Amino acid sequence: MSFLTIDKATKRFGGLTAVNEVSFTLQEGEIAGLLGPNGSGKTTLINLVSGALPVSGGVITLEGKTLSSRRPDVVARAGVARTFQLVRILPSLTLMENVMIPAVFGAKAHWGRAAEVVAETALAQVGLKGREGLRAGDLTYIDQKRLELARALAAEPRLLLLDEWLAGLNPTELQQGIALIRSLRETGITVLMVEHIMEAVRALCPRALVMNSGILIADGETGAVLSDPQVIAAYLGQVDAHA
Amino acid sequence: MRIFLTYALPLAALALLAIAPLYASAYQLGLLLGIATYVTLASAWALFSGHTRYISLATVAFYGTGAYTVAVLNESLPYPMVLATAGLIGAGLALVVGLSTLRLAGIYFVIFSFGLSELIRELITWYEVNVTGTLGRYIFLDLTPQDIYWQMLGLGAVTIALTAWIHRRRLGLALRVIGDDETVAAHSGIHLARVKLIAFVLASTIITLAGAIASPRWVYVEPSIVFNPTVSFLTVIMALLGGANRLWGPALGAVPLFLIFEWLSSDFPDTYPILLGLLFIGVVFLLPHGVLAGIEQLRQRRKA
Repeated sequence: MSFLTIDKATKRFGGLTAVNEVSFTLQEGEIAGLLGPNGSGKTTLINLVSGALPVSGGVITLEGKTLSSRRPDVVARAGVARTFQLVRILPSLTLMENVMIPAVFGAKAHWGRAAEVVAETALAQVGLKGREGLRAGDLTYIDQKRLELARALAAEPRLLLLDEWLAGLNPTELQQGIALIRSLRETGITVLMVEHIMEAVRALCPRALVMNSGILIADGETGAVLSDPQVIAAYLGQVDAHA
Repeated sequence: MRIFLTYALPLAALALLAIAPLYASAYQLGLLLGIATYVTLASAWALFSGHTRYISLATVAFYGTGAYTVAVLNESLPYPMVLATAGLIGAGLALVVGLSTLRLAGIYFVIFSFGLSELIRELITWYEVNVTGTLGRYIFLDLTPQDIYWQMLGLGAVTIALTAWIHRRRLGLALRVIGDDETVAAHSGIHLARVKLIAFVLASTIITLAGAIASPRWVYVEPSIVFNPTVSFLTVIMALLGGANRLWGPALGAVPLFLIFEWLSSDFPDTYPILLGLLFIGVVFLLPHGVLAGIEQLRQRRKA
């Protein structure tokens, strides 16, 4: 049985079909990149998997358990964590409190020192060790991104959904970010990452999936997918691609 | 020092406040009762709204319901049963209202909560006029002002103790996260509806009990008295003045504002609503996060 199964997932907003019968599976421990031009439906698909949006059709399962159209807290407790396209931290809380939240309310429901240990481990994993007592609102942009990732890791997830987590970083920060995500591979977490930065996709994802206008147009080995004429056309437009 | 501030000081203050009626004049006792009532209301309001930032103007809906329950039942049931019934009615009403409205966010929740108070007042008025044929009711209970004050003081102490306990539990953390970002809360495993409903029902039950306890002071009640919207507005502004997301913030705001309200309404009976409005605007502009947060900011600036 596949780890994550997305079977004809569809999302319609009135007359617009943002995700149109998308189907694919992920094996446990796999890291896959989800690509596509702006408005192609990538974030909507992440929202369907994480429970932020109910599906209009199709089924999404994690090891046979249905995730689609479940509340986000139910999906989170099933072992799915996510980051957001626009970084979302809780500015008035400390770093420790930010990261403790999924440890406390996730599947394992840690409390007290046990939750702190999980949070400390996650903060150390992303390089924020020793800053637990700082207010999250006082962090730099890259550190806010690290914090958001630490919060996702503190959920001790089995599936991690990263929505353009590397966007907006400078070249040095990007290399740090790539190294950080690469280190997750050793933990065995399955990762589905929406990403526009090809350098990162090539470095991190053996497999790439490409969406365009809500449809999955390519799925395979990253190098082959990125040189697929249909994918190039989707990114550059038909005329440019043929030129 | 920490144990002194957390336990000994509040308990000593509570003991002092408990014996205060033995030495107070009737007027001073009236002031103490008013302060205890608003400390309870503002603290209970903050239990739900302080961290979630759902601004509720439904305080008087529950407060008035508590008072009216006593007015209806005071001659047919023993007093403790009347209080228990009021609490149950408040909890039931909060459950129904919460289930149907806590999905509303921001201004929509504010408007709904204000509308709820008006709706309940009008419904009771309609019922009294058209079914019972009389608008007002009398409350004849063998309770002295001291008895009422001690009950209210006890309810206020329980409210603050309950809030302190919740702050240290999962529920408290969940409420803080919901107030900061509901999306993050939901994706972290927090059942939004359940957490908000628990806090809303707890707060509303306390507010209903406060209305029930305070009602014998009026002797005569009618909807326009017990469902006065000023109660809702005063409660909000008191909690905001002190700091709605801090344990002692609402109490700190309630004491001076109640005294100012008393002074304005007795010395400037015609213009006090205008002065009160200006005061509200001033609080929101100058101390949007409350006095306690303002003091903390000043301290941090001095350190820096």
